[in-house]
Amino acid sequence: MGLYNVFNISGSSMSAQSVRLNTVASNLANADVVSSTEKGVYRSRQPVFEAVMDALNGDGSGVTNHSTPSVRVAGVVENNAAARKEYQPEHPLANEKGYIFKSNVNSIEEMANMMAASRSYQNNVEVFNTTKQMLIKTLNMGR
Amino acid sequence: MPISFDSALGIHQQALAVRAQRTELLASNIANEDTPGYKARDIDFKSTLKNINYQSTGSVSTTNTKHIQNEMGNVGADILYRVPNQSSLDGNTVDGQLEKSAFSENAIRYQASLTFLEGKFRGMLAALKGE
Repeated sequence: MGLYNVFNISGSSMSAQSVRLNTVASNLANADVVSSTEKGVYRSRQPVFEAVMDALNGDGSGVTNHSTPSVRVAGVVENNAAARKEYQPEHPLANEKGYIFKSNVNSIEEMANMMAASRSYQNNVEVFNTTKQMLIKTLNMGR
Repeated sequence: MPISFDSALGIHQQALAVRAQRTELLASNIANEDTPGYKARDIDFKSTLKNINYQSTGSVSTTNTKHIQNEMGNVGADILYRVPNQSSLDGNTVDGQLEKSAFSENAIRYQASLTFLEGKFRGMLAALKGE
């Protein structure tokens, strides 16, 4: 029956959004990290979502259900934009020319990302609860 | 004389099945709100119900491994793509508000169908008991 599959779909989305929130937290925590080389600097990370088209159907029939895919995180990619360079010769981590390299995290972008992720998470929790109520009412039919 | 449940319960049992399938579809749309390249889909409820009346539903018989099973085989609903209101850079056509309101409306109509079905069963029980 179709409704039981909704738990799998909403659950997968909640898990994906929580990965997104984790990367936002990690980016914000490391926003002020400084390095002496361009390579060692912290680069902001983002998860990449993709729809799962090859999953088996929830009722065990073995037929792949292409019309209601769940979501999964395909990977976490780093932002390869250039790191910001600043001239601070007194900084303990400055290289021999006096430059330090700052991370390329944009805090405003991360806050917007966090709000979108949390909104999406709440939507999926609502879908989950509504479907659970529908199923309970169906099971209690005629009682 | 055997009781024909099909004629006693009317359209409500098929409506319930289609509503359940639609719930799954809308939940998938909401879950894939941020997936790049995902196209939102939906069932046209009215035309699906009309078609159910005129034919018996069944799945396509597959005799070869290369035969493709039709999607959502047990109801035979036609799954269409939504026309997006706003274009998006990453190819995602899910409109969050639209999907959420459609999901809520679908849930309420599912419960309405459930209530009607319960009413029919109670009526049949009352007729059987002779009250």
